[in-house]
Amino acid sequence: MQGQNSYPKVILKPSKGWLGINLPEIWRYRELIYFLTWRDIKVRYKQAVLGIAWAVLQPVLTMAITSVVFGYLLKVSSGDVPYPVFVMAALLPWHLFSTSLQKSSQSLVGNAHLLTKIYFPRLIIPVSSVLAVMLDFAISFLVLIATMMIYKTYPTWNIFWLIPLTFLAVLAALAVGLWLSALNVQYRDVQHMVPFIIQIWMYASPVVYSIDIIPAGIFRTLYGLNPMVGVVQGFRWALFGGSAPDLTLLISTLVVLILFISGLYYFRRMEKTFADIV
Amino acid sequence: MSDLAIKVEGISKRYRIGMMFERPDTLRDVIVSGFKRSGQRLKGQAKDEATHIWALRDVSFEVQKGQVLGIVGRNGAGKSTLLKILSRVTDPSEGYGEINGRVGSLLEVGTGFHPELTGRENIYLNGAILGMHRSEIRRKFDEIVEFSEVEKFIDTPVKRYSSGMYLRLAFAVAAHLEPEILVVDEVLAVGDADFQRKCLGKMGDVAQQGRTVLFVSHNMSAILRLTQETIVLDKGRILMCGETPSAVDYYLNMGLAKQGERLWEDSEIPPSAAPFQPIALRILDPQGHVVDTVRSTDGFSVEVEYDLNEMITGLRVGLYVFTTQGETVFTTFDLDKTEMFEDHRSRPAGHYFSRCRIPANFMNEGRFIVGVNASSYRIKRYFQDEQALTFTVDGTGAPGMHWPEPRQGAVRPDLDWQISREDTSNGL
Repeated sequence: MQGQNSYPKVILKPSKGWLGINLPEIWRYRELIYFLTWRDIKVRYKQAVLGIAWAVLQPVLTMAITSVVFGYLLKVSSGDVPYPVFVMAALLPWHLFSTSLQKSSQSLVGNAHLLTKIYFPRLIIPVSSVLAVMLDFAISFLVLIATMMIYKTYPTWNIFWLIPLTFLAVLAALAVGLWLSALNVQYRDVQHMVPFIIQIWMYASPVVYSIDIIPAGIFRTLYGLNPMVGVVQGFRWALFGGSAPDLTLLISTLVVLILFISGLYYFRRMEKTFADIV
Repeated sequence: MSDLAIKVEGISKRYRIGMMFERPDTLRDVIVSGFKRSGQRLKGQAKDEATHIWALRDVSFEVQKGQVLGIVGRNGAGKSTLLKILSRVTDPSEGYGEINGRVGSLLEVGTGFHPELTGRENIYLNGAILGMHRSEIRRKFDEIVEFSEVEKFIDTPVKRYSSGMYLRLAFAVAAHLEPEILVVDEVLAVGDADFQRKCLGKMGDVAQQGRTVLFVSHNMSAILRLTQETIVLDKGRILMCGETPSAVDYYLNMGLAKQGERLWEDSEIPPSAAPFQPIALRILDPQGHVVDTVRSTDGFSVEVEYDLNEMITGLRVGLYVFTTQGETVFTTFDLDKTEMFEDHRSRPAGHYFSRCRIPANFMNEGRFIVGVNASSYRIKRYFQDEQALTFTVDGTGAPGMHWPEPRQGAVRPDLDWQISREDTSNGL
């Protein structure tokens, strides 16, 4: 049998305080990450008549509604870019972030039956719930490219900046998700708060409006404390130019890293109690 | 390299009362209890003993590689907590342990099954959750399907499965896991007799392949058959660790159970029992006295006393009687008779006695075990204690006692015989 001889001796003892991240162990459980991600994707569109088509419909419908309300009725300025393309470029990372955040914050409680029965590194659960959202993101990205073609807006080589920016959005969602999922195990209040957090967060990020309405300078730099500001602005710039990411993006990145590392440690600290209190 | 598979020293596990049983706190509770706690601290109260219970206390033992170890104990004795610690689901509060090898647990078969996924998909998912590699699952896939007997429905979502099919598939996956240490908890309490036999057979195979097995069960005949050594747990402590036959004997004759009366303490009643609250089980002689020994020729009653904190519809209270070898003598429920079933469709809240009269000249002499079950058929099992009490039947005066040989069998009915002599030598 594979891995039989390589399986290390396991020590059982009370764990105390802050624990490091056991990367080799997570690597050993990589197939479980794959299967849990696969399960989440499979199950999402089961018994839905339209199935995976929802992954296309959702961004298109959101874009249409937002364009009508903010672009057409409220006449929010989108610079040189047609409003639908402008808003979709932001909705893409925003949905990736908000869906990942929502799924990961619920993930531990939603998998309580696993937590109380079987051992595996608990980090796998929020991580795989975030990974499962990536498929939808990939599909909506194709929808975005198609929409840009329709509006005759063509991307430049800057489009490759989307890779690190996407990574930053996922990391931001995971960072907050680690905090919220661990808190949710003990305080179910979290699951009632998450929808509000997401709603407020969206209006606090330049999704339906342009970052240009914030005066450049110290204010805009501080605006980067909201990590999604850097991500959304970066997405727009990578797709159609305009205000280039500056100090704002740097601050956003720092905030994400701080949230992520503190979230990891908080998660590891609470991890040992999950099975007893979930 | 030592030959020990498991070694634990002084393992204890403490739970905060309420943590185990109640819904998790909401933020409001935390704020409220925060105030309370600071109030207590002002008064200088020791919070520990009042708010915490020890589910396990100072447990030490060793398991050799290839050994099959039985673990027995009443409800709430700490068996499940011990298995959870060994399978790393939860950390011990104190103590130290070492485990050499991958632990596969059958704590609950079907863990991680997703109802929307097909049987095929669930085999892969469940296998991965139990720690199998994809290549390993692929290799054993056909074997698993064959064992589960659900070939025809392998591409149907498991939510359409009958509970039997679901269970068979779940067990099949778990049974094909090949860990060095297998932890089995009460899988045999479910499924029909055929399937149970199959599971026991599979466990025997696993043991013969030289793997280490920890086997928790209430089924003494299975413990006797499969294990060489057994640990007896009670109230979180190891009472005895020794060769299985003597451990089983010790367990069945443990103090509490011998008085002809069994009272359940709160810690022995799982939270899932509510609103059913068992109080006592008693053996009564024909005069209504609590006795440990009854006479085969007299008949006796078995009485279950319980409270219902809310009305339960469809509740039936039943008794199992087993021999000390673990064979069932009979099972009976208080609603077995049609008119009882009609009259007691639902029982309002209150204090109850369910009393069963066992007729004279029915039980053979020997020692028997009584178990209790309270359930709503196919809806919910409120409470079950398969070793609630033991009692002795004295055979004095029973039919056939003029031959002092022991009679085989659990029952010794007073049956009518006729002897006729027909002369076949004449005529025809």
